[in-house]
Amino acid sequence: MTRPTPETLANSARRARAAVEAPRDVDRPRPAATPTVPAVRTPVPAPAQVSGAGSLVRSLEALGVEVIFGIPGGAILPAYDPLYDSTVRHILVRHEQGAGHAATGYAQATGRVGVCVATSGPGATNLVTPIADAYMDSVPLVAITGQVARPSIGTDAFQEADIQGITLPITKHNFLVQSAEELPRVLAEAFHLAATGRPGPVLVDIPKDVLQASTVFAWPPTLDLPGYRPTLHPHGKQIREAARLMAIARRPVLYVGGGVLKAGATDGLRQLAELTGIPVVTTLMALGAFPDSHPQHLGMPGMHGTVAAVYGLQKADLIIALGARFDDRVTGQLDSFAPDAAVVHADIDPAEIGKNRHADVPIVGDARHVIDELVGAVTVEQSAGHRPDLDDWWSQLQELRKRYPLGYDDPADGTLSPQYVLRRLGEIVGPEAVYVAGVGQHQMWASQFISYEKPRTWLNSGGLGTMGYAVPAAMGAKVGRPETVVWGIDGDGCFQMTSQELATCALEGIPVKIAVINNGNLGMVRQWQALFYGERYSNTELGTHKHRIPDFVKLAEALGCVGLRCETAEDVDRTIATAMSINDAPVVIDFVVGKDAMVWPMVAAGTSNDEIMFARGVRPVFDEDEV
Amino acid sequence: MTMHTLSVLVENKPGVLARVSGLFSRRGFNIGSLAVGETENPDVSRITIVVNADSSPLEQVTKQLNKLVNIIKIVELDPQVSVARELLLVKVRADRSARGQVLETVNLFRARVVDVAPETLTVEATGTPDKLAALLRDLEAFGIKEMVQSGTVAIGRGSRSITAGPALRAA
Repeated sequence: MTRPTPETLANSARRARAAVEAPRDVDRPRPAATPTVPAVRTPVPAPAQVSGAGSLVRSLEALGVEVIFGIPGGAILPAYDPLYDSTVRHILVRHEQGAGHAATGYAQATGRVGVCVATSGPGATNLVTPIADAYMDSVPLVAITGQVARPSIGTDAFQEADIQGITLPITKHNFLVQSAEELPRVLAEAFHLAATGRPGPVLVDIPKDVLQASTVFAWPPTLDLPGYRPTLHPHGKQIREAARLMAIARRPVLYVGGGVLKAGATDGLRQLAELTGIPVVTTLMALGAFPDSHPQHLGMPGMHGTVAAVYGLQKADLIIALGARFDDRVTGQLDSFAPDAAVVHADIDPAEIGKNRHADVPIVGDARHVIDELVGAVTVEQSAGHRPDLDDWWSQLQELRKRYPLGYDDPADGTLSPQYVLRRLGEIVGPEAVYVAGVGQHQMWASQFISYEKPRTWLNSGGLGTMGYAVPAAMGAKVGRPETVVWGIDGDGCFQMTSQELATCALEGIPVKIAVINNGNLGMVRQWQALFYGERYSNTELGTHKHRIPDFVKLAEALGCVGLRCETAEDVDRTIATAMSINDAPVVIDFVVGKDAMVWPMVAAGTSNDEIMFARGVRPVFDEDEV
Repeated sequence: MTMHTLSVLVENKPGVLARVSGLFSRRGFNIGSLAVGETENPDVSRITIVVNADSSPLEQVTKQLNKLVNIIKIVELDPQVSVARELLLVKVRADRSARGQVLETVNLFRARVVDVAPETLTVEATGTPDKLAALLRDLEAFGIKEMVQSGTVAIGRGSRSITAGPALRAA
């Protein structure tokens, strides 16, 4: 059992102060997309003579930034001097990747912009993975990097890397700041770009001499983004056409993606679903956008989705896609995806519409406006007596749900079932907590066996599939929502990629709880080897079972956390309860589970959703349900 | 697949060309030709891109281009109602015996000679890609020693113009 350190106690006091502040509204609307100056929370500072670094820190304060995650180094060092006196809390991480994922976790849990900081060269390149991750999952992230001084740029100077060039394909936009005078405007633009339209990461690269230069800090700046005009309000004609199709469809499905969460449109979604009676599927990025317990929720579609959700999309005559992008993990083989469905595709990013699947009714707009206007248009249709009979459709879907529910068998070898661990975790911890998963089998089981009832309670790396996401992202989520219980759910492979951030958590007073679903292997890869490579387990055995290297309990303790181990089903509840009772230190539970458990159902990569397997060797019978 | 000419107005800032060309390569589109230059507004540059693509991939690349923050406007120029030109400089083998025939070809295409050497003539020609291709075919008979060709630049016919418009007033 680890005692709180002095730093922990100091931070507890700081948190206690923060808790007195007004409660945070996590579903807060995003700022309007017109290029005006972002909301200023602190009093507008008077123009003042400062260094570029001072201007940077004051800009962050003026933008309402409460916390940044980072590591200092040569080129960014000038910024750390004014930061020492700033109201902005800096959390010193152990690796820049941790800073990036922490900023992402913070952003995903709160809806605010997450900020990470690194120095030039290797500091900046260590941010590449979390920036790419945030790009794929449309996370509002601002990454601030130091750069070598302007006269040295292009000379292969010490710790020089062209991070602007490196991150061109993985940022929504990026800046190389040319003068100290630009800093307030560039930062305001970066935050505006990150948070509005389709959110995404923005990188601001600042040469060291710009940070050292003398300048006048003046706020607010005027944004200069003539080419940036996101469309928020959908076209009325398209909305009416969508409502008309919804009124005549016999087998419609609402296909809900992460955009609905980002737009804060979950109340509207529920209203639309209940008004129309249309079944709902929520993607991996959208879990929590529609309550799992709602009778109209068919579950998650895609490679490891429920049979009912996969079938629902596959046999639909109308798919209403809201803030979703027809990702290959959802559609399976694209040519055979939902062959009979007309598609209404609403997204704030026009480039998503028609990218993978032709849209019969394209709608460009913010999901909140789209859904609100759809509710209005559907109401008009219904008052004209246009209300489809979905009874046949529902009876087919209910039959599938009954016949092919999510489930699992306890391992024949008597080992602990990972699915059981996650089911009990969800039941004991409840729907108020935030769950943050890594990538792999544990992520899929966590998506399947924990019930998500509220927005922003499920964070994971969806698009990029970044192993190592969970621990730092859970740290960021806990910093953003200190009063909420935050559980990281990690595999033994993922955990070893970023577990060093638990030292940050211990010292900074960030009591996350981490459930390591330790099956001793790179489990998802092993599952594919079992299914597609003749059980030839090449390089997937990690030795965390066989040799207990590392010993996760000892590792947790070495990192200043409480380490617990659970190896039997009888111990699961008690161990989770113990973890829940510890609030002054991070807790790691090593759940030693069987290595042979597999994630089912499964649509093998590249095959049609029609080929979904309910369990190994078991294909659902669809044909008798044909309509 | 057909050739499409995109007239792209961009902010005149460092690195914009890299953003545009990088987007083409990573989304798997081939650039047929590309020409960049300033416009009547010094804050705005125009990139004229010729793409060889079907209409549906073209729509995707146009949408992706539109997402680049530094891009102000994209217009596809219809060949029926626009003027497209390329510039060609070509060094042709033209000794005393062939010089007369080379000059005849040059005149036929309304090209002109810009440099003379004992064994060669350097010819400048502007025109549509088709016209320049025809000129080159004729000159090949004499022997082409070197040639350089610009990307296509194009402009719409009529009094209407493609400008950054009110969007840039903030600039």
